[in-house]
Amino acid sequence: MSGYWSDIVTGGKSLVTGLAITAREFFRPVVTEQYPWEVPTMTPLFRGHTELIGNEETGEPNCVVCGMCQRACPSGCISLDGKKNESGKGKVLTRYILDFTKCSLCGSCVESCNFNALRFSREYNLASFDKNDFIMDLMHRLEEQNRCKR
Amino acid sequence: METSIWRALLYLVGLLAFAGVNAAWLGWCERKGAARIQRRIGPCEAGFAGLLQPIADGIKLMSKQLLVPQGVDGIIFRVAPILMMIPAITSMVAIPFSENIGARNLELSVLLLFALASLGMIAILLGGWASGNKYAIISAARSVSQNLAYEIPMLLTVITVVLMSGSLNLHDIAISQQGGFWHWNIFRVENGHFLTMWISFIIFFICSVAETNRAPFDMAEAESELVAGFMTEYGSMGFGLFMMGEYLNIVVGACLTATLFLGGWDCPFGLTPGIWWFLLKIYVLIFTFIWIRWTYPRTQIYRLLNLSWKILIPFSLANLMVTAALIKVF
Amino acid sequence: MNVPVHLRHDETFVLNLGPQHPATHGVLRVKLTMDGEYIVKAEPVLGYIHRMHEKLAEGGTFAQFMPNTARMDYLHALAFNHGWALVVEKAAGIEVPERAEYIRVITVELNRIASHLLWWAAFLLDLGGFTPLLYAFDDREQIIDLLERITGSRLTYCYMRFGGVYNDIDEEFIAGTRACIKRIRGRLPRLYHDLVTHNIILIKRIKDIGFITAEQCRRYGATGPVARGSGISYDIRKNEPYSVYPEFDFDVPVFDEGDSMARYMVRMHEIEQSMRIIEQALDKLPDGPVMGKAPKVLKPEAGYYYSAVETARGSLGYRLVCNGDKNPYKLKLRSPTFSNLSLFGEVAEGMLLADALAFMGSLDLVIPEIDR
Repeated sequence: MSGYWSDIVTGGKSLVTGLAITAREFFRPVVTEQYPWEVPTMTPLFRGHTELIGNEETGEPNCVVCGMCQRACPSGCISLDGKKNESGKGKVLTRYILDFTKCSLCGSCVESCNFNALRFSREYNLASFDKNDFIMDLMHRLEEQNRCKR
Repeated sequence: METSIWRALLYLVGLLAFAGVNAAWLGWCERKGAARIQRRIGPCEAGFAGLLQPIADGIKLMSKQLLVPQGVDGIIFRVAPILMMIPAITSMVAIPFSENIGARNLELSVLLLFALASLGMIAILLGGWASGNKYAIISAARSVSQNLAYEIPMLLTVITVVLMSGSLNLHDIAISQQGGFWHWNIFRVENGHFLTMWISFIIFFICSVAETNRAPFDMAEAESELVAGFMTEYGSMGFGLFMMGEYLNIVVGACLTATLFLGGWDCPFGLTPGIWWFLLKIYVLIFTFIWIRWTYPRTQIYRLLNLSWKILIPFSLANLMVTAALIKVF
Repeated sequence: MNVPVHLRHDETFVLNLGPQHPATHGVLRVKLTMDGEYIVKAEPVLGYIHRMHEKLAEGGTFAQFMPNTARMDYLHALAFNHGWALVVEKAAGIEVPERAEYIRVITVELNRIASHLLWWAAFLLDLGGFTPLLYAFDDREQIIDLLERITGSRLTYCYMRFGGVYNDIDEEFIAGTRACIKRIRGRLPRLYHDLVTHNIILIKRIKDIGFITAEQCRRYGATGPVARGSGISYDIRKNEPYSVYPEFDFDVPVFDEGDSMARYMVRMHEIEQSMRIIEQALDKLPDGPVMGKAPKVLKPEAGYYYSAVETARGSLGYRLVCNGDKNPYKLKLRSPTFSNLSLFGEVAEGMLLADALAFMGSLDLVIPEIDR
């Protein structure tokens, strides 16, 4: 019987305390961000899909077609081709396809690159009805970026 | 004047409008209130402060197909949501909004209101049973035992009020509390009633939360256990009517509480009594419903029955006896 | 509920809880044989989200499996990262700089707090309380923002490397972490304990519900807060220390009751202990590199390797078999939730449906980790 009365008293008290806490929260400012109207700041390490880095002067990709990124990728997202450099030694990139549908944004490709040729983009608004939109031609993307720069 | 056709029509339109506006915009109030308690903004895109949200929701619900799944009892399945709305709207007939505003001044309005309140439970029972869904049937069974358990203490506390006012007429009960808050039943000081009436009020309030199936007593709807309980199979306006019925039941519950305990349309300071005071009181009570819902976790079905049978019923019985004794003594 | 119930086995019906159900938080299916609202028999059915991560490990190099580890237990991904890094480092004999180990501990413990906060939120949601969820998410958001700044991801981290970590922490992170701990310490008593832990409805709902005995824990191999809530003081961080855990002073909260409330309290105390560990680690943080010397291509000697870490849900074991190749020959995971869930069938027998769901919530299930 002692439990009966103490339950009523302590229980009632705990319920009133609960109401007091939510009442106080009611009058405190909102903590959420209204996303499309307020865009949160991105951290420097933000991982979007990868993109090629172009040479500062020529705008040509830094890539030397060593294939390290392709081998490092756990999901086999990357396929690239190159051809012999006509003016000198080494290779130049002709095609760099990222299959973003398989990518898990682990960043192994960026880390494996020794030639400063890959980085994460800042794209986050990726939505489409077509799966093929996510099979990305990064060479094309770099050309677009170069055009915008000019 | 009492029998004029215009009067009847005017009240019909007025009450339906009152019911409709409340059923739609209380949903908005609930969402805004919950959002503020959780430090969010809530609906804000449709219209100013999201005020057009209920209209958008209504259009969406109405444009959806009323799906009647295979193997359900078609007629009862369709009738149940309507049955939820009818008693809630009908109850408004007997509510005195102010001295002169009230559709019908019935001699037994308290009895009528409690009879109608029990009908809502039947709608849940029928809806759950007709759905032919296991979750819905569990929910229907729960709601019946819950309503049975809570009707008893609720009626017992109402008897204390009736004993004091000597009338089963809501209008007369309200009139007996006129003239400032010290005359209201909840604060009534004369004849030693301050000992019992606030207990009556608390019991009545808890019971009305349970009667309207609101959290923390929303056993029938318990979304984390029973998916959506009796509403699991309902879509479009079937679901919409259940939701609106729930809000209307809250309005009726708040009206009853305001009339029985808070002096109806009386002003707390004895000035300018009128319908605005009544509306203010019921919206404060409704806000309390929302506030409670977004504060506590849900209780358990047997805890809920324990609360009723072991705490509320003994307390309300004792309360009734003390009140009766006080009336006899003084 | 400790009232003896006489279950009738002849008038039962089958209730499918899941794979799509609000309370299972994922694609878990439990086949319940019910007598009214009482459970006669409960059989968890697994496999709806099986992605054969263990087999995937054999197909790639050691480093290529690192992103997969985070996708098993997405709530405590850094501990899974950590376990994989530890077992491969053990196999390949890689030394880890001290600063890197400290950073690992700090991030893993931050992630543990975030995981417990999310468990708390989801548990309250199971019990029908919606508001606490958003308060917990408010705090969890701060932790996730901190981790995002240094790891680059918000949930499925790929932060640890063999021989160190991906990125060093900076002063801003340290200051942010201290501020975050201070904030959570300030909010715990009021928004967590006054609003929820001491609430009579919650106490009545989870106290004396879902008893698990220490013997049952041993039989099913339950670990983590589930075992510690049944009086078994076993925490890999203390009992078989790894990384730099021996250098910190922290307690292992143990409760003897074995009911859902005990498991609840264990987790609430663990949040506080994790904050203690982080504070000590930040104070003692040594200077130095965060990446040790590790060969580009790992070819560990043939053999069997095992390493275990304590995740938010219990002990996680990586069993690695190498044959001298650059790929793992075989990998087997011992994941904590699988054992914890196995208890459900036995304990839930005779319970009411709502109690069983509260009990399931107190086990803290993460379904992708059960199925892997």
